[in-house]
Amino acid sequence: MYRSLVLPLVLASFTAGATAPAPPAPRPDSKAIQGEVPKTSEERLEVPPPPFSEGIFPCSGCHESMKPNRTRRTLVDFHDDIVLKHDAEHRWCLDCHDADDRDSLHLASGERVSFEESYRLCGQCHGEKLRDWKAGIHGRRTGDWNGHKKYLLCAHCHNPHQPHFKPLAPKAAPLPPVRPGQKRGTTR
Amino acid sequence: MRTVRLFSRFVWGSGELVLRGNRLYWGWMFFLLALIAWGLLAFVGQVRGGLVVTAMRDQVSWGFYIGNFTFLVGVAAAAVVLVIPAYVYDWKPIRQLVVYGELLAVSAIIMCLLFVLVDIGRPDRFWHLLPPLGHLNFPQSILAWDVLVLNIYFLLNLTVVTHILYRAFTGRPYVKKLVVPLVLLSIPMAVGIHTVTAFLYNGLAARPYWNSSILAPQFLASAFCSGPAILLFVLQLLRKFTRFEIADEAIWKIAELMAYAMFLNLFLHGAEAFKEYYSGTQHLLYTRYWYQGIGGHTTLVPYAWSALTLNVLAFALFIVPSLRRHPVILNIGCFATYAGCYIEKGMGLIIPGLTPDALGEIYEYAPTLTELRVAAGIFAFGFLVFTLMLKVAVPISLGEFQIDRTGGGEALERAESA
Amino acid sequence: MSCGMDGDLDLRAGLTRRGLLTGAAGAAATFILTACGPKRLYEAPKEQLKKAVADLEKEYKERTGVDVSVADTPPIPGVVFAYALDISRCVGCRRCVYACVDENNQSRDPQIHWIKVLSMNKEDGVDLTHSDPYYQPATVPEEGRFYMPVACQQCRNAPCTKVCPTGATWTEKDGIVVVDYDWCIGCRYCMAACPYGARHFNWAEPEIPKAEINPKTHVLGNRPRRAGVVEKCTFCIQRVRNGRYPACVEVCPTGSRKFGNLLDPESEIRYIIEHKRVLVLKEELNTMPKFFYFYGT
Repeated sequence: MYRSLVLPLVLASFTAGATAPAPPAPRPDSKAIQGEVPKTSEERLEVPPPPFSEGIFPCSGCHESMKPNRTRRTLVDFHDDIVLKHDAEHRWCLDCHDADDRDSLHLASGERVSFEESYRLCGQCHGEKLRDWKAGIHGRRTGDWNGHKKYLLCAHCHNPHQPHFKPLAPKAAPLPPVRPGQKRGTTR
Repeated sequence: MRTVRLFSRFVWGSGELVLRGNRLYWGWMFFLLALIAWGLLAFVGQVRGGLVVTAMRDQVSWGFYIGNFTFLVGVAAAAVVLVIPAYVYDWKPIRQLVVYGELLAVSAIIMCLLFVLVDIGRPDRFWHLLPPLGHLNFPQSILAWDVLVLNIYFLLNLTVVTHILYRAFTGRPYVKKLVVPLVLLSIPMAVGIHTVTAFLYNGLAARPYWNSSILAPQFLASAFCSGPAILLFVLQLLRKFTRFEIADEAIWKIAELMAYAMFLNLFLHGAEAFKEYYSGTQHLLYTRYWYQGIGGHTTLVPYAWSALTLNVLAFALFIVPSLRRHPVILNIGCFATYAGCYIEKGMGLIIPGLTPDALGEIYEYAPTLTELRVAAGIFAFGFLVFTLMLKVAVPISLGEFQIDRTGGGEALERAESA
Repeated sequence: MSCGMDGDLDLRAGLTRRGLLTGAAGAAATFILTACGPKRLYEAPKEQLKKAVADLEKEYKERTGVDVSVADTPPIPGVVFAYALDISRCVGCRRCVYACVDENNQSRDPQIHWIKVLSMNKEDGVDLTHSDPYYQPATVPEEGRFYMPVACQQCRNAPCTKVCPTGATWTEKDGIVVVDYDWCIGCRYCMAACPYGARHFNWAEPEIPKAEINPKTHVLGNRPRRAGVVEKCTFCIQRVRNGRYPACVEVCPTGSRKFGNLLDPESEIRYIIEHKRVLVLKEELNTMPKFFYFYGT
């Protein structure tokens, strides 16, 4: 019943955890396969699909027929539900979303990256987080401690438009100890 | 063969002795038996339902049982107070009382072991402690040390009193070569059992209230108050109900020794309280919980102040020679000492050591009726054992129960007046 | 004499005095060997362990009606497990607490939680004295609070194993402190000795609804317990010795929980020790936990 209270983004991370593959047998010689951090940024990390809102992707589905308007403005006709709370003062949609290839994002250099590699985009500003994330320290990796690991994208836990981690309903507090025959709640 | 015959006659005669007695004796016996039954029933309930029927929880995982255990180790150790002057200084008035001190020690150790037995979650696995069937984690675990020294001390005292009484029964003096070394050994052993028991708590860095080197000396000081207090009651009762003659001098001397021990006890408590309050670290919490309570949690405060008041009172009464020689004041002093030390050990040692718990939570422990009943049952059992042993020991000391005179194993009629 | 129960006269005739003596001596030797031989899982040789495990599986089937498998997976050579928890990220949602309860067959009634999440005042820093395990706001994190989950710290210098009078608890080669539930006498000395409140006692017969029993167990870990014995976190020994992450690591929605091999320089744990600043609880007690707290940011 708690799970239904959890925000969709977090829910995505739950299902990702649940579908993690069955563990392989322990590998004593695990050193070689530990820390499967890609050596170059070109190497893809295994991630679940990006957490798009339903029916929104591919973006080109709508945008193909539209002429890009590159003027910075407040959106009113569509996407007006998106409130940018992510350095909004300096940034708007097309700083990250690519106007020419709507199904991609782009880096500051102009290089296009897919949504599956969006961590490269985030890492431009959050370099230390990216480093920690790749090492499995920031965010959550699933899989085996001594074997294959799966990552979650930044966007699985942080809404890119409002990245602050959303509050959760906590699970039930432990029951305080009571003396025999005493009713709960009479001591505290 | 002769020894076997004589010893079996000793045992047989003792059996006959304890089965005879006046109305008061039987009344006392039935009272104790009733208490034992009452406690046993509570214990059966505890075994069936688990220790959840006590007020102990993960937060306060030891309570009244272990407090009583600790107190009684002190009582057992106190026999030494009598042994030291009797044998080291050859002070005759006390020497004849040593046997009673040792009988008290034997009964106290039996109670100690019972208190441990009722406290553990799986009493059926008690044998896990006993090599070669079990495994004793010696010398790592101080509890293993405690098991060892308590049992050695128990056997030591049992051997000495049995020997002395048996020899007296056969009309011969005890074997000096055997008794004197054993008695002298029992002096460090008595100090040892209480020191090891103190180390049981003292060694736990997780509990700052116990992790203070003053704990062992303070244990000994309080033991040398409470043990003799019980003995003084017993001696006065013996004097009243039997022909047994106990010199006033001996009683006054014991009271005087108690006054010194109580001074030491109060001094050490004061030293500890000073350290805690003046430095005022977070470790003060436990001491504060005992004396003042924390927030609304004040269950132990009345115990703390009654223990302190009783102890100070006992000291004041016993340090003045004219007061401790007054028969009524003597008994008030004994009672104050006993009650003060009992509260201080039973409630004041274990519970504040665990409150607040290791993570700062306060759970207010106070024993449940089950715990009180089981404890009462164990005390009754201890007193029963002590009474039975006295019933045999007193006539022997008085020369009323002896092989020469009993002839066919008949004990003298006079012996039943206890 | 009535030793020939099968009524075979020839056999009975063959029962000489010497034969009887040999038999008696054999029985005595067996008894002494049993008495002096290994009793604890700690020292049980392989065959004995296998038999113990099979007996346990049978017992659990009879008692719970569930096919509980009991593994005896040994430590992996070259592995010492360690844990790290990011106190700048934990939001105190207690998902770890209940994932742990489900995974490790902790009693629902009376309630046993191996993990206790403490809510602390940001102004006080890590201050156990003023911490609160019973917080229950609508959402977490709360304003001005941070959270510190505490379970067994798997100390290298463990006070609990040192004090156990029967040797019923010890540190495995991979650094996991375990309890032999069949050897523990329930004296609770280890609970008094533990500075982290990590050991829990079965004050009554543990109760778990049949449908909620986790049937995948380890003999030194999450197998069902009985009343009167102590239990504690084992880093999910039944999972981690098979390469999996502990249940609490897997469930944590903020990714605050990290786990790995302390001996492997490439492990998550070593990365944290190298790149973040770590602290251990009550370091002054020299328990040397293998459970590190760190500030991820």
